[in-house]
Amino acid sequence: MTVNTEKASIKEKKVPKQRAQAAGQQAIEKKGWLGAHKWLILRRISQLSILALFLAGPLWGVWIVKGNMASSLTLDILPLSDPYVMLQALMSGNLPTQAGLIGAIIVLAFYLLVGGRVYCSWMCPVNIVTDAAGWMRRKLGLKVSSHFARSTRYWLLGLTLILPPITGAIVWELFNPVSLMFRGIIFGMGWAWMVIIAIFLFDLFVSQRGWCGHLCPVGAFYSLLAAKSLLRVSAVNRDQCDDCNDCFVVCPEPKVIRPALKGAEQGLSPLIDEINCTNCGRCIDICDVNVFEFTKR
Amino acid sequence: MSNKQGRGDTALTGTSIEKKATLNRRKFLGNTLKTACGAGLLGLGMGTYSRQVESTPAWVIRPPGALPEPDFSGACIRCGLCVRDCPYDMLRLAELGEPVSFGTPYFIARDKPCEMCEDIPCAAACPTNALSHELDVIEDARMGLAVLIDQEECIAFQGLRCEVCFNVCPVQGDAITIEMQHNRRSGKHAMFIPVVHSDACTGCGKCEKACILDEAAIKVLPMELAKGLVGEHYRFGWKQKKVAGRSLVTPDVEHQYNLPEGVTYDYNKGGLSLPPEVEADATPYSSNPLDSLKRLQEQENK
Repeated sequence: MTVNTEKASIKEKKVPKQRAQAAGQQAIEKKGWLGAHKWLILRRISQLSILALFLAGPLWGVWIVKGNMASSLTLDILPLSDPYVMLQALMSGNLPTQAGLIGAIIVLAFYLLVGGRVYCSWMCPVNIVTDAAGWMRRKLGLKVSSHFARSTRYWLLGLTLILPPITGAIVWELFNPVSLMFRGIIFGMGWAWMVIIAIFLFDLFVSQRGWCGHLCPVGAFYSLLAAKSLLRVSAVNRDQCDDCNDCFVVCPEPKVIRPALKGAEQGLSPLIDEINCTNCGRCIDICDVNVFEFTKR
Repeated sequence: MSNKQGRGDTALTGTSIEKKATLNRRKFLGNTLKTACGAGLLGLGMGTYSRQVESTPAWVIRPPGALPEPDFSGACIRCGLCVRDCPYDMLRLAELGEPVSFGTPYFIARDKPCEMCEDIPCAAACPTNALSHELDVIEDARMGLAVLIDQEECIAFQGLRCEVCFNVCPVQGDAITIEMQHNRRSGKHAMFIPVVHSDACTGCGKCEKACILDEAAIKVLPMELAKGLVGEHYRFGWKQKKVAGRSLVTPDVEHQYNLPEGVTYDYNKGGLSLPPEVEADATPYSSNPLDSLKRLQEQENK
């Protein structure tokens, strides 16, 4: 969490309100609405179909997947476990079973390959909530935002891993809004919807991209898996950039774009080589001159 | 962490860079301390709360094979695979707002007790051993212990025949037995009292579910609530005698009754018995003392 690296020192660009509200207009005009929302739609399909797979059992009796994101069994054969949750259990002094361990390794391998924070933008249900808050924030032109360090999430990540050995309990899973929302949808919400609303309101009125971009230790854990991932977004056509700033407006982690997009003079690679890029592809959608592309590292 | 270095830093003189650096260092340290304090406070709150929720209410019963509560809260990842693999659908994950550690599996005996499947699918499904895979015979499960907790309301103690708890018990005859006791109210009847034995009771909760009262008189309680423990230094003479095969103290002297010739008394069986020739024409004694009086009166009248 060094602050004074060159990449981090480049400030998030301030974008005027009107520009922010109109972000994506040019892309829609040029590529059509579908073309300008391609990856967003695919992500929503991914997030919702994962939920649907888990819900198919309890709702319609079609048992393809059992369990929830913490641990699941697909077609009675393929175990998948959340490595972050498993790590917390491990830290509290509990060894998982063989199936649990294999499941965690499979998921770990997957995210090492495609980029850890693909979890955030393609799987996590909270992402839908915070994206909605971000969209509404832009449309309402809300500029007020309490600033706190983006590194806070790594402090919280450390905290969630230190608490289990101290208390002997998986403390974070009592609070974790990510597992709370996913489990709530599949097994019953109780009062959990209040937490989801709280996150929405927090992101909307208190802090811009506050939850996913600053606080969430789940995202922080998965970002650590992205260091050498193969799938990356790259600003391959960065010489085409017309400085419209739309990508900065929609990006959930805007500071990851600048070095790749504007680093040609400093000899920086056009590859977005930042662990906190979520591979959401919104920059690809929103750019009317097609600067960005998904590439292999 | 916001950073004041913008474009055009290169033009700064040496001293101002130094000044900026110390300012940044101060800011960095300040921010770091602030975040660390915040994280620490948050951790304190979350940690203490997590200890608090380990004290689950007594009516919460964990699935078979569940580790003791403090270990369980460090092992259960709240995935719900046990819930899904229960063929009787009696397990549930605690929702937010329930007085049970959020997201953990449990059941309520009075609603739906454990059916004690032989293959224990719920424990087999657990990916973290929070439901121990070492449990392979369901009769060895100890989800809790049934306790006939309200002897004032249980109708067996009123001298009525019920025994429903005994009849539904899956470990019938071992976990629950029926013990006969003298009914002092009527003076001449027996009471058939259900007695739970902790060496066989699995805590499945079928007895609690079946109890015919409006509020069950027999309840499954957590082991630590239901069980006492005698001090390790206690030695019971009769048990020691069994182990050693002989009395460890001066051998018992058989009790001598001072009785008329031919009359015997067996404390355990039959009580007083008269010689056979007397027995033949003896009137059976009634438990009602008035009967004896009546008989005496009859004899006098004759």
